[in-house]
Amino acid sequence: MATLLIAEHNGKELAPATLSALTAAQQIGSDITVLVAGADVKVVADAVAQCAGVSKVLLAEGDSLAHDLAENLSELVVSMASDYSYIMAPANSVSKDTMPRVAALLDVGQLSDITAVLSGDQFQRPIYAGNAIATVTSKDATKVITVRAAAFDKVATTGGSATVESISAPEANSNSSWVSDELSKSERPELTAAERIVSGGRGVGSAENFALVEALADKLGAAVGASRAAVDSGFVANDLQVGQTGKIVAPSLYMAFGISGAIQHLAGMKDSKVIVAINKDEDAPIFQVADYGLVGDLFEILPEMTEKL
Amino acid sequence: MKILVGVKRVIDYNVKVRVKSDNTDVDLSNTKMAINPFCEIAVEEAIRLKEAGIATEVIAVSVGSSASQEQLRTAMALGADRAILVEAEGTVEPLHVAKAFAKIMDQEDAGLVILGKQSIDSDNNQVGQMLAALTKRPQGTFASNVTVDGDSVSVTREIDGGLRTVKLALPAIVTTDLRLNEPRFAKLPDIMKAKRKPLDNTSFADLGIEVKQHIQLDKVEAPATRQGGVKVGSVDELIQKLKDEAKVI
Repeated sequence: MATLLIAEHNGKELAPATLSALTAAQQIGSDITVLVAGADVKVVADAVAQCAGVSKVLLAEGDSLAHDLAENLSELVVSMASDYSYIMAPANSVSKDTMPRVAALLDVGQLSDITAVLSGDQFQRPIYAGNAIATVTSKDATKVITVRAAAFDKVATTGGSATVESISAPEANSNSSWVSDELSKSERPELTAAERIVSGGRGVGSAENFALVEALADKLGAAVGASRAAVDSGFVANDLQVGQTGKIVAPSLYMAFGISGAIQHLAGMKDSKVIVAINKDEDAPIFQVADYGLVGDLFEILPEMTEKL
Repeated sequence: MKILVGVKRVIDYNVKVRVKSDNTDVDLSNTKMAINPFCEIAVEEAIRLKEAGIATEVIAVSVGSSASQEQLRTAMALGADRAILVEAEGTVEPLHVAKAFAKIMDQEDAGLVILGKQSIDSDNNQVGQMLAALTKRPQGTFASNVTVDGDSVSVTREIDGGLRTVKLALPAIVTTDLRLNEPRFAKLPDIMKAKRKPLDNTSFADLGIEVKQHIQLDKVEAPATRQGGVKVGSVDELIQKLKDEAKVI
């Protein structure tokens, strides 16, 4: 019942989503090996070794793993797969890219975005933008699984004492190469890891007005999120999109300003602990899921809240 | 080069799904069906590549029930030259679809396959990656820009934290993200013309694919509903509730 869990990291730090995926892995079995792959990621491997419940850490460093190319990373994972019954990763843009490739190379199905472990082969996952929960049984000997981090608690980052073992990186696939990255720079907390999120939608009106949302977010130490409408209108970068096709979040506090609450947006945030909606349309669907709603003009309410907090 | 484009028939994205009372699945009877929104973006991108003189032919492919012909006709009305339906009843898993596409990609000697990044019904986000694995070809997933240049394609991908551009040798598999393009609407004369375009039927058996069940659907339930909330009258009241009642600030 050994599990191989692929760590999510940014090259320097372990992403909190990995800690949630570790909880899911522990619910399945105890023999958990974590793979840390990248160009120069020893520091991440050392951090993983301290985490509770980790039996072993495998460190694969090499140029071919530098930019998370699925062709190379899947090659590495498949070469190790015969030792494991479960291959898991937190659901993020790297694992969504790589894991189905791993599954197909092993000729098995993949379980995407699981939200609960019912037994060693039975799991729950949301379908139809989270409007239905499917209970599914995997009939494959090797189970390839991505984990919705927001659905599991995080394990402790201390208390573990796993050994770190280096393994070699695969040769780079000649058909695929990295060209460039254009990453958004932000001092604010990362969206999927944030305890509080202040989100804006079409109602915010412009990129300039988004400064009002950002001001409140900074006051609360919160991350900034957005609806698809706000992203498509160019108010903010698309990696801030919360929803079925963007980020799935479940913070303690989610504040939605000028967001109507389309099915696709709710799919990304309805598991938040407390939802606050501010909208001038009192019939907006967002009020049906909001714990606290305030009908009014966000251009008056945002500055007032920022000032009074 | 030929471009294959994937089209899936799914519930219309505006429809709120209902779970069947016996919890076997969601209820799709009498529901409005449509092309999966990400597949529409894939069709649009393929047509633009044809208009730019890069693609010689665009072939729309769907795997599913015979009703999927409707979505293939729509794809042809939008500009696809012909269509192939891999007819299959019941639950079709992503790996089965990927295997069918791999066979057709080989048969048609396609240079590029464009698929949506995920279907809005099963929310798997797997087929494109699986197809790339099976054909041992490179993949450009979650694409927001695609530029074909000779025998390679540059794909700008939407990743957590920003954008990443990769260069892939053709043939390659690309999956579309929302911001790749704005799909066009089908015009009435084109809808009429699409009725005369060729639509071939095939099946997993014809393609020599053994369909093995990997994932069994045991039960489908409605998600837990949230407790109805309250409306507050002022910012002060809201702050007070968040502090004292919810204790989140």
